[in-house]
Amino acid sequence: MIPENYYLLVSAILFTIGVVGVFIRRNAIVIFMSIELMLNAVNLTLVALSRQFHSLDGQVMVFLVMTVAAAEAAIGLAIIVTIFRNRNTVNIEEVNLMKW
Amino acid sequence: MEAVCFYIFSIGAILGGILVITRKNPIHSALFLVLTFFFVAGLYLILGAEFLSMIQIIVYAGAIMVLFLFVIMFVNIEKEEEPSENHLIQRFWGMALSVLIGAALFFVVKSHISKGLMGQYSPEKVEAAGNAQSVARVLFTQYLLPFEVASILLLVAIVGAIVLAKKEL
Repeated sequence: MIPENYYLLVSAILFTIGVVGVFIRRNAIVIFMSIELMLNAVNLTLVALSRQFHSLDGQVMVFLVMTVAAAEAAIGLAIIVTIFRNRNTVNIEEVNLMKW
Repeated sequence: MEAVCFYIFSIGAILGGILVITRKNPIHSALFLVLTFFFVAGLYLILGAEFLSMIQIIVYAGAIMVLFLFVIMFVNIEKEEEPSENHLIQRFWGMALSVLIGAALFFVVKSHISKGLMGQYSPEKVEAAGNAQSVARVLFTQYLLPFEVASILLLVAIVGAIVLAKKEL
């Protein structure tokens, strides 16, 4: 029987890996993939705690988070495609019109 | 047996995550992310959430990652270029702050046993009735409103994606 803390630890490590990915990569699509990794870490936390507290609310929440993640992935990728059409790059260092 | 599966899936997921953020080729990153999703679905299976593990494989690894791969191939980039001046400083500070976040999370979950109000869906009861049936019982009675709002959200996402992808409005 695995104690619940181990699942939370795995989720924390996955979340940190996602945060590192958002910070150090310059390709917008890879940054987006790191965001999906962070969402997966949160989903794992919710499922582990839902088992610990003998309730299914966590699993329903994960279902809705997956729905939102799918919608967000579609819109985010459409935005990236539009940026690519106008600037011919997905490097975030070259999309800096709003920088001071 | 459960411990062996847990260690295999969790180490696989963490290694997959590290490989996602370190590969130069974005298609390799996407494929390693698919692998990570499969390992996380295995972790859901150990936790007794069979419905969610199948939904994860179908929706995340099957739909979202295919969308990612299409967009990567459409954008058609080669490997990443050499890091610029700003980028080395940014990488250092990014890793330092992420290590800080990781350490904070680690100390929170290391020994803290959460206590709280226990629900009534114990694992034995859920296993007896079937996980999908129990989740459906909660989803369609207690969480019906978020379910319907999620369907409206998906409609908005469809409309938004089509509008953004048109050549002229």
